[in-house]
Amino acid sequence: MGRADAATGYLFIAPQLLGVLVFVVFPVGLAVWYSLNEWNIFTGDMAFVGAGNYQAALEDPQLPSVLGATAVFSGGVVVLNLVLGLALAVMLNRRFRGSVLFRTLFFSPVVVSVVAWTLVWGFLLQDNGGLNGALAAVGVDGPNWLQSGPTAMIAVTFTQVVRSVGINMVLFLAALQGVPGELYEAARLDGAGSRTIFFRVTLPLISPTLLLTAIITIVGALQSFAQIAVLTEGGPGLSTTVLVYYVFQQAFSFNDIGYGSTLALMLLTFVMVLTVIQWQLRRKWVFYED
Amino acid sequence: MPTTAKKLVSALALGTLATAAGCGGATAASDEDVELRMTVWTSNEDHLALFDSIADAYIADHAEIKSITFESLPFEEYNTTLTTQIAGGNAPDLAWMGDLSADLIDSGALVPLTETLEGTEGWGYEDLLPSVTGEFSRDGELYAYPFSNSPFALYVNTDLLGEAGQTLDPAGLTWDQVSALGSAVNAATGKGGFVVNDFNYSSWNTLATVWTAFGASAWNEDGTECGFDSPEMAEAFTFLHQAIYTDKSMPGPGTTADFFAGDAAFAVAQVSRAGNLDGSFAYDIQPLPAGPVGEYSVIGQAGMGVLQSSAHVEAATGFLAYLTNPENAAKLAQYFPPPRQSLLTGEALAANNTKFTAEQLQTVVVDQVAGAVTLPNHTNPAEIAQKAKTALDAMWTEDADVAAVLGTVCDAIDPLLAE
Repeated sequence: MGRADAATGYLFIAPQLLGVLVFVVFPVGLAVWYSLNEWNIFTGDMAFVGAGNYQAALEDPQLPSVLGATAVFSGGVVVLNLVLGLALAVMLNRRFRGSVLFRTLFFSPVVVSVVAWTLVWGFLLQDNGGLNGALAAVGVDGPNWLQSGPTAMIAVTFTQVVRSVGINMVLFLAALQGVPGELYEAARLDGAGSRTIFFRVTLPLISPTLLLTAIITIVGALQSFAQIAVLTEGGPGLSTTVLVYYVFQQAFSFNDIGYGSTLALMLLTFVMVLTVIQWQLRRKWVFYED
Repeated sequence: MPTTAKKLVSALALGTLATAAGCGGATAASDEDVELRMTVWTSNEDHLALFDSIADAYIADHAEIKSITFESLPFEEYNTTLTTQIAGGNAPDLAWMGDLSADLIDSGALVPLTETLEGTEGWGYEDLLPSVTGEFSRDGELYAYPFSNSPFALYVNTDLLGEAGQTLDPAGLTWDQVSALGSAVNAATGKGGFVVNDFNYSSWNTLATVWTAFGASAWNEDGTECGFDSPEMAEAFTFLHQAIYTDKSMPGPGTTADFFAGDAAFAVAQVSRAGNLDGSFAYDIQPLPAGPVGEYSVIGQAGMGVLQSSAHVEAATGFLAYLTNPENAAKLAQYFPPPRQSLLTGEALAANNTKFTAEQLQTVVVDQVAGAVTLPNHTNPAEIAQKAKTALDAMWTEDADVAAVLGTVCDAIDPLLAE
């Protein structure tokens, strides 16, 4: 490639590169710098503390609970989202009356504002709210969903999954429709049952989509903020305080920008490590990588 | 290709130049071209119109002031937005403040006001009630003008009491009586007994309106020792716990009961919330009920001060002195219970309050302000609030060990109080 061609290429990617530099690389660099300092935002004084904030993270008595809640929430969201998304896609991949309506219904929460969605669920999940009212109508005494740790975690996980499962369903649907029909026919001729066909034909052929959805679901789960802020404010106790909400509290409620930046870098590291691990593991289970 | 590349380079260069020119176009504000900005948390059009009219009058007499704007920020996000503006180098010249005042004062972010206000002819510094300036002062120096001093009172839904066959005797009203009446209302109507507005099992500082009746306080006077593990606080929380889980006189966590929608018999709320009374039910208002320590009163305060980071400290301080002089303070008193003794009369407050009589306002506002305590306030308020809330969450279960939970609150906030 000639120099002129290379320059042209760079110019074409320049807008995107500029965006990444200004809105990603520069802020991450700033976060690294802030994490090495104590910043009194009222006076503007910034004191270099080196690894002080990282040491504080190691000694933070709340951080283990926060990381635990993050793992439970993210794990729950990822597993449920992928399993439900795939199950819905498989069901709605068949032609039957109303299949388009069901696809629309399951996808519609994706386009609803996350705050509006969460506010409505906040009302429904009240002790005297709609959900317990419906349960009472069938003789079930529902729990006070948002007031005890386990049910609050179930509630925030459920609202997140229901809201976002539609996007995975659509991606899986597209992937399922790309599986050649003759492969199913060949499998049936060979005597394969439905279960065998699903695990030996369908799943391997949609594995690239599975990889994509796994990555975006994990990243999305680790970034879930509004559900926690609106539904539980991290409570009761620290039971639903996930890392991204804790970062917000430290940096913007407690005005501890240095420690908040340290935790934000920790979150960034988690996301990067998980993504790299999945990317590396793809060779073992994504079919076109063999 | 080279031609295309040249075109693209030229476009990029032009864009860069244009951006640079745009950035360089701004000039530093001079003393003759002062633009002041004050952050507020009200979005009430009447409030803002009053502020604008006072500002216009000031600008008319001060040629150096080009504009004064009042920036409405959402109340829930006010502290976060203000601190973000300060951190981002975009601090306002003047700001309203609530529980952020201690942090602002202790960090030296506010301009001392005493000398300016005392030196302003006709301002009447001695007219300020000592009970309302303490929260905004350090070592005798005032850092923010306490423009709003709204006492907490007991709102009563008399229709709901009547529906339950109950009547309220206001003479010597106690918390035990309120709880008994609330319990009867809940049993008869299924609606809530008493609620503490804005508490929502989260903003625990509002419970000071109850625990003060038991002689308890969140921390000692200089804010260094936790008060949650005191016997008085245990008594107060035992009362609340029994009200929720035994007497059913207080709606439990996760239960919505809006007094102003007619869902509860009593509400502890500031007098300034009277605007929410829409006439859909008959109501009364009483001072807070007495507790084991007798009668008491609690106020919620808001102040306005000048930021040290302002490029126009002198102009901003001058405007603050004008905004709060006796004439304008009387105008502000239409909406905010004033800190000036001369303006605190039932008749004066009733002139602009259609919800209550002069006699009621005398009883629940004027008679309460002078001896009132304020809601708990401390430096680092958000972190203390969060740590205490996290520990207090364990209180809101039927089998909670009240004393043990209160002990964990102190464990959680002691390190912060010691800082």
